[in-house]
Parts: sequence; C-alpha cells; structure tokens
Amino acid sequence: MSDGFQRRRGGGVVATLSGFEADLLRSLASQLVELLRNETAAPHSSDDPLERLLDFSGPTTEPEDPVLARLFPTAYPHDEDAAGEFRRFTEGALRDSKAEGAVLIIDTLEEAGLPAELEADGLVVDVELDQGDAVTWMKSFTDIRLALATRLGIEEDDEDTWMALPDEDPRAHVYDIYQWMGYLQETLVEALDR
Amino acid sequence: MSAVSAPSPVELDQPETDDLTFLDQPWVTIVWNDPVNLMSYVTYVFQNYFGYSRSKAEKLMMEVHRDGKSVVSSGSREEMERDVQAMHEFGLWATLEKQR
Repeated sequence: MSDGFQRRRGGGVVATLSGFEADLLRSLASQLVELLRNETAAPHSSDDPLERLLDFSGPTTEPEDPVLARLFPTAYPHDEDAAGEFRRFTEGALRDSKAEGAVLIIDTLEEAGLPAELEADGLVVDVELDQGDAVTWMKSFTDIRLALATRLGIEEDDEDTWMALPDEDPRAHVYDIYQWMGYLQETLVEALDR
Repeated sequence: MSAVSAPSPVELDQPETDDLTFLDQPWVTIVWNDPVNLMSYVTYVFQNYFGYSRSKAEKLMMEVHRDGKSVVSSGSREEMERDVQAMHEFGLWATLEKQR
C-alpha cells in the first residue's frame, strides 16, 4: 500500500501510488463527477416569463440523492425561503467546482501514466502536485469520503461494527476503501500543513 | 464584476428591519459535527480559510467534535453566506443564523 503523500522540496506534495490504487482513485473520482453532473441542478420551472428568461437560477430544494444532500447542505435550517434562495445562487457553482476537482484527479493520474485500462501488474504512478492542486485534491478527497460514508451509513464511533463485518459482505470492501481514502487524506493534510 | 448603474428614480421600499444588519445583531456561521471529516482537515480549513491561529482553529475543531457544533465566524449576513458557501466547498456541514 502507498505511504501516502509527502511534502515536496520547494512546495507541493508527492505520492507514489500502485497502479491498482491509482485506478481505484480514478474510478471513485469518475463516479463523483457522474453523480454531480447527471442529477441535474435544474431550476424549478416558473410561470413568470421574465423569470424564465433571466434563468440564472439553480435548484431551490434539497437534492433527493442523500450524497448530494450531504454535499450541498441546507444553509438555513429554520428558514425555507432563505434556504431556497441560498441554494439557487450557490449550488450550481459548488457542483461545478466539486466536479472540476474530481476531474483534476483523473487528469493528473492519467498524465502521470495511468493507462485507460489497467493491465500490467507492478505499475507505479508517481503523482506530483503543486500547492494549489494539492488543496483541490484534498477537498475532492473529502467529497469522495462523504459520498462513500453516506452510501454506507457511517456514524460517529461505529468502527467496530464495520470491522466486524464478514469479508464476503460487500460493505466490508467499501469500508476498506473508505478507510484507505481517509488514510490518504490524512497524509495529504499533514504534508500540506508543514 | 459589473459596474454600478446610475441611481434609479424609483422610490426605495422601506427596508424590513429584519434584513438590516446591526452591529449588536450579527449573523453567525455554525459548523456541525459529522462522522467523516478528519480532525486534522477541519483544523486545516479553519486555519487556512479564516486565517485563525493553530490554537484557535484547534479549539473550534474540538468544540465541533465534542459539542456537536461551533460558531466559527460572525458578521453581516452576506459575509456569513460567503463563509457557509466556502465551508460547503470544503465539505463541512455549515449553516448560518442570526446570533441569539
């Protein structure tokens, strides 16, 4: 397993990933992009023709998908109108920046030598990120971990429950991936925080 | 950024007092605990986004972790909306409300 990220001399971070790890990371980032782009942030259609023409609006209600609902929380829990307005003006931009972050991960991995189809064993992918890209990766790791945790139903201090799952339970495998992403992110935060 | 247009001849509506921000009535950004975000990451965000010292960022992070939430900034409603949006960009669960 990768030792995670280390501070690079002169700024930024480096990591050496196995082909398998890089491929897994790409797959998780791709799923995030797909989720962010597929379930559209469509505005609610309005009866007012002027409002339709102006159409700078995003959605005003919480996304149905629980992962998206966690990525775009309701900003005003006690004020539905204000919450809707906030969402209308922010969710589109947030979706774009989160999708761009995940795309950066995919592009960086492929530029670092990850082929479209992973075949050869023993492939090693060396990733080098400047400070700005490292921060983008760190944010995107958060989005991926939130997505995995929401799908699994992770709760506070429930490690023992997950660790006790039998190997054949598919959730055990997803939990391993979640833990691995947490480890990678921890090393990335440490490397940036020097 | 767009330029400011000439003043409109239309009379302004009397603003609702609710929408005014008085110094003694600021808004606050609250970050809530979640089971996913790493303590180191939350501290990093507080330090780097708000420019807080390491000790202040850690104190706020511990409040979130231990008490379930913490007020991490205060100011005008517009400022707090910016902060909440930034927190959402970092994947933290943040809300805003008028300080009670």
